[in-house]
Amino acid sequence: MTDSAALLNKHSFVELGARQRAKALLDAGTYRELLDPFQRVMSPWLSRQGVVPQADDGVVIAKGSVDGLPVVIAAIEGAFQGGSLGEVGGAKIAGALELAAEDNRNGIPTRAVLLLETGGVRLQEANLGLAAIADIHAAIVDLRQYQPVIGVVAGSVGCFGGMSIAAGLCSYLLVTQEARLGLNGPQVIEQEAGLEEYDSRDRPFIWSLTGGEQRFASGLVDRFVADDVAQIQQQVSELLKQGLPEQPRSQQADLFLQRLARLDTEPQIDAVTVRDLYQGERS
Amino acid sequence: MSSYSLRGLNWFNALSAGAKPVEGLPASLKVADGVSGEQPVRFIAVVADPDNRFVRARNGEVGLLEGWGLAKAVDDVIAADADKSLKRALIAIVDVPSQAYGRREEALGIHQALAGAADSYARARLAGHAVIGLLVGKAMSGAFLAHGYQANRLIALRDPGVMVHAMGKASAARVTLRSVEELEALAASVPPMAYDIDSYASLGLLWETLSVERIEQPTAADLARVTECLNLAIDDVAASGRDLSSRLGATNRAASNQVRQLLRAQW
Repeated sequence: MTDSAALLNKHSFVELGARQRAKALLDAGTYRELLDPFQRVMSPWLSRQGVVPQADDGVVIAKGSVDGLPVVIAAIEGAFQGGSLGEVGGAKIAGALELAAEDNRNGIPTRAVLLLETGGVRLQEANLGLAAIADIHAAIVDLRQYQPVIGVVAGSVGCFGGMSIAAGLCSYLLVTQEARLGLNGPQVIEQEAGLEEYDSRDRPFIWSLTGGEQRFASGLVDRFVADDVAQIQQQVSELLKQGLPEQPRSQQADLFLQRLARLDTEPQIDAVTVRDLYQGERS
Repeated sequence: MSSYSLRGLNWFNALSAGAKPVEGLPASLKVADGVSGEQPVRFIAVVADPDNRFVRARNGEVGLLEGWGLAKAVDDVIAADADKSLKRALIAIVDVPSQAYGRREEALGIHQALAGAADSYARARLAGHAVIGLLVGKAMSGAFLAHGYQANRLIALRDPGVMVHAMGKASAARVTLRSVEELEALAASVPPMAYDIDSYASLGLLWETLSVERIEQPTAADLARVTECLNLAIDDVAASGRDLSSRLGATNRAASNQVRQLLRAQW
């Protein structure tokens, strides 16, 4: 296929909004949104601070099927307030995951896919965002006993803050080259630790350490996929079919402590050091 | 006067007097097995380690070693008590200024280390261990998510130095494009934005708040009061379940309930 033909056939996932992304992953005709924007369940905290709320609070919850089996998708809209999670958006994700776990206890094998584009807690709702994220963590760990929870970080916001911990709890993680995954946003690290420690304006540096390709090469995510709707859809479907992982990444404390014990922490770190430290173990 | 807080360490030492220290963990973790009243418990605290191999985690921050170390400290209890009918309670003593901010931390996946800790605490709860968070100092952001926020009961001491938040004031002001003064004015009228423990309590997330005489270095009376409260919390968990639903119900967190009810109706 010529380059131009390939380009014409490629449909970017990154460019899609949260709703379109959720639709793209579900079997055709099965998409059903819960608490849609017409129900106008909005943040009770933003308008009193002079911030215009959004009718879905930046989170889309959709039920449907993938390969005929029940799935709930929680998709964060990175374009609204940087994908930050407040009380309502956070409760939508936590509540959906809680109901999915309950389904499984009742014999319905509902699985979950999280589309993560988020800076973490919405600071205008600070402590309620943080509390909601703790609920999301609890719900992922609960649901993950029964069914895989798949995290997708496509880009371009990336996945940060408490939601990067949520990503770390997922059964499987899928990223693209556009994705970044890390606990602390680059600007906050620069503010807290200084320019020499972390230059938030040096994009190649940021991507070299926290970008999708590096995370895949370091074994901190499971799939590295091109920004293409069909490919992402196929990979998510494969991961759902895989069932539960033998040992989730977040349950490998001994392995990671052994690796960290081997690291010389004196020199400042680079991407290759991380790959060697974390990949040497892989058979 | 040290540059870091000693509250967590002092409360750990007071509560775990006579308990058996657990070895083999990073020096920034204090872990001991003992009893609280009649209850078998494991006390867990994250404390400052000025010699931490990771320089950005020397003041009690939760970093790579702390996240994975907490995971191990909790996992070991889950495994050891798997076949026991009486499972040890986990008492997380919380005095954590922040997660560690640094290049090494991000590069090595601190998010995954903190996920390890949250995962273990959550699984302990699901396995039937009472998990109690005792807030004696700061409980900030990612550090609190990793150490304490998966507890099925949270207890906070009443003191201006006990605070829960998503980000320090200076950084939060910068990120939200406000001055610190504007941020403080807003915090006074928007409870989830506030830093004080009474505003936090109004969100319904705390099971109990307690006043003590000497928060930096507890007196015998302080210790007795807190121990009694911990035991009541452990009993309460035994009576009412393993999830986090007891945190829902406050007027200031009404939307969290409403969303769940609507989701259930439309599910």
